[in-house]
Amino acid sequence: MTAPRSREPRAVRLLLIGLALAAFALFLFVPLAAVFVEAFRDGARAWLAAVTEPDARHALKLTLLVAVIAVPVNAFFGLAAGWALGKFRFPGRSFVLTLVDLPFAVSPVVAGLVFVLLFGRTGFFGPWLADRGLEIVFALPGIVLATVFVTFPFVAREVVPLMQSQGTDEEEAARVLGAGFFTTFFRVTLPNVKWALLYGIVLCTARAVGEFGAVSVVSGHVRGETNTLPLHVETLYNEYAFQGAFAAASLLTFVALATMVAKAIVSRRAREEAP
Amino acid sequence: MSRRRVSPSLLPGFGPALGVTLLFLSLVVLAPLAALLATTLRGTPREFLAAVSTPRVVAAVRLSVLVSLGAAAVSALLGLLLGWVLVRYRFPGRRLLDTLVDLPFALPTAVAGITLTTLYAPTGWLGRPLAALGVPVAFTPLGIGVALVFLGLPFTVRTLQPVLASLDPEVEEAAASLGATRLETFRRVLLPELLPALLTGSTLAFARGLGEYGSVVFISGNMPMRTEIAPLLVMTKLEQYDVAGATALATLLLVASFLLLLVLNRLEAWAARAVR
Amino acid sequence: MSIEVRSVSKSFGSFLALDDVSLRVGDGELVALLGPSGGGKTSLLRIIAGLEEPDRGTVLFHGEDATRRDARERRVGFVFQHYALFRRMTVFENVAFGLRVKPRGERPSEADVKRRVGELLKLVQLDWLGDRLPSELSGGQRQRVALARALAVEPKVLLLDEPFGSLDARVRQELRRWLRRLHDEIRLTSLFVTHDQEEALEVADRVVLLDRGRVVQDGTPADLFEHPADPFVLDFLGSVNIFHGRVENGRAHLGPLSVAYPDAPHDGALPASGYARPWEIDLSRDLEGVEGFPATVRHVAAAGAVVRLELAPDDGTILKVEISRERFAELAPSPGDRLRVVPRNVRVFLGGPGQG
Repeated sequence: MTAPRSREPRAVRLLLIGLALAAFALFLFVPLAAVFVEAFRDGARAWLAAVTEPDARHALKLTLLVAVIAVPVNAFFGLAAGWALGKFRFPGRSFVLTLVDLPFAVSPVVAGLVFVLLFGRTGFFGPWLADRGLEIVFALPGIVLATVFVTFPFVAREVVPLMQSQGTDEEEAARVLGAGFFTTFFRVTLPNVKWALLYGIVLCTARAVGEFGAVSVVSGHVRGETNTLPLHVETLYNEYAFQGAFAAASLLTFVALATMVAKAIVSRRAREEAP
Repeated sequence: MSRRRVSPSLLPGFGPALGVTLLFLSLVVLAPLAALLATTLRGTPREFLAAVSTPRVVAAVRLSVLVSLGAAAVSALLGLLLGWVLVRYRFPGRRLLDTLVDLPFALPTAVAGITLTTLYAPTGWLGRPLAALGVPVAFTPLGIGVALVFLGLPFTVRTLQPVLASLDPEVEEAAASLGATRLETFRRVLLPELLPALLTGSTLAFARGLGEYGSVVFISGNMPMRTEIAPLLVMTKLEQYDVAGATALATLLLVASFLLLLVLNRLEAWAARAVR
Repeated sequence: MSIEVRSVSKSFGSFLALDDVSLRVGDGELVALLGPSGGGKTSLLRIIAGLEEPDRGTVLFHGEDATRRDARERRVGFVFQHYALFRRMTVFENVAFGLRVKPRGERPSEADVKRRVGELLKLVQLDWLGDRLPSELSGGQRQRVALARALAVEPKVLLLDEPFGSLDARVRQELRRWLRRLHDEIRLTSLFVTHDQEEALEVADRVVLLDRGRVVQDGTPADLFEHPADPFVLDFLGSVNIFHGRVENGRAHLGPLSVAYPDAPHDGALPASGYARPWEIDLSRDLEGVEGFPATVRHVAAAGAVVRLELAPDDGTILKVEISRERFAELAPSPGDRLRVVPRNVRVFLGGPGQG
């Protein structure tokens, strides 16, 4: 790849690169480094102890469980939305698309609050649930619901525009050749959007693992029970157990780094394979 | 009029797919948000106004809006710088930096929150020298701004990058051949082309900042009337069992989100037209 | 198998794409559906394939009503305008797709699939490209893969939507002759859509001309060319000079031109226009003659099989004329010369300017 011709004077170019590097360092590198410095402040052994203590292990397990439920749900939704909204034109379509985007714009705190209003003790279904001894808020179902809410648009947002731009020619060709819906979908449509789907799943997973605000409202912060990993970080931090907080945070940072690498790889593959 | 209003009408699976879409949308998004509105509507408009006009709420909303606006503007400027350098120049480590831009997006907000607080606290790596200069950052509105700039950066960079990459170099060459200086070309030719993306990106950053909770709660210090942001106040009211107060403020935030989403739709349509 | 379309109408919103269209493609015939873009051709093809539902009317295959039959069951080979090749499958897999998705009972064995796809790729002269992805092929090659894929399921009829539309001129010419030879070989009932009159007239047994959702004329290429039904057909099928005027008392008075028109023997004048193809006009140096009218040579393009001239009669119009190279050598016209223009064949249609 050759460098595009830039016609700024060399000095200006260097100055801009220098400024950008400084901004990168200040805003991105330093925080990243700080997480690990703080996490390993008391040595590797302390780090290991902090991430393997029972509460941390439980928080990690809960976080993974939530992601394992929320991500497939949203992937399934994203593909259904892709087929309905990407391959068909119908009145009201753009309005539905706007609604799909809505959770992006809603504050995580609001996202958590709405579930408290629905299922909390004084909420719409609160008494009904209490009578039956069912718990949603301050329990796993609430955390999953809040997580599904905040990650709702991630897969759909990647898949719908791509399905739309790819049109319906290939599906029609498959149809005329005698393929049924499932054959058409799994052999023609899905392979064409696989990178976008994967990309959406990567983003969705990262957000599901890291969601804090919404989960914070519905979880009740019970250590060893309803604390996800981000909530565990908060709890420790507020107890001035900084090293433990950063040790747990470093786990989440690994996830973030893996996400970024996966995102870069997936988008590069998608670009390379774009016909 | 055609009898069929769905096109193409003869691909299978439209009904079930739309059914699943609407069902999920209703259960996960619409019903919960409707519950919020229904709770708000239980009270009278007067109660609602009273709940959102207490000095503490007004201060929190004003702080949220002002700091988010400021942070969006800074994100736009920094985003322009980073986007420009990443797209136009080649230098060692460029790919790594390009990947790193997503950090604030990928990093859980709680982690960002405690990290920024530790860095900018009066004892932190960056907080100590800044405090010595008489600029305290953590536990001030400036600290909230720093967190929101961190958060908003990927939005502005990522919306600008494709537009920067798609700029036709011939346009700049044409401007130069007509006698424009580099700065004039930037201001009169490039900037207008970048404007839709710049506005889209900073609106995204603003919307995100207005509702942000995790990365701000730690660094803000949460002093009522001074460094308490609106989403945090929702949380506080809820913890104090002031459900009506929390709901009223949440409704306000929700309406703002919805309006911003409509603005974004317009902006994106405009940007798409401008790129074409 | 024959295709028959009876009184089909289709609208999209307030736009009437097809208005009571009927046509028939006989068994083994190759028919072109010709017309300007937006004329409803593609909609008709999609209705025949079962990809679109008509608002009214019926589609019959071999005399049987197939209007409600699903696209999957029609056994139609369809070649899409932009080929619609499966972008993530190799050429081989594209062609094999129709065989692999057959119901379990009818599905051929892997060996049969290999053999059949091999034969088809040989038929379209691409047998060495089986492992490529569609994105690695040229336009003409993709076109042929699309054709092989459509033929793989042994369709009863073949429908082609602008089969040469997105190819460059040279490939297009080659490919359409090849398609004609292929059709002569396999004799599959075929209907293809095109907006290019040359293509339709050269390749098809019969041409159906469609304009604004209606069939304007249906006939052999020679029919259409020699006996156009109206000025639209005449104009669409090639370059033409128009003379506006009127008819009365058995004659047509068209600007500088006057010809016999026995269809209007009465003395009430009616607006009319005369049409003459550039190659149906003679030129002469004899300025004193009684036939035709004088004009000044404006431009001469002498490079080509025929020589093209532009002449200006005295009424301010411009006339296109084509003469043979021999005639050109005899006349030796150059810009500024005054010549006599003698149309050999003028078709007169009633109706004033702007009609038809």
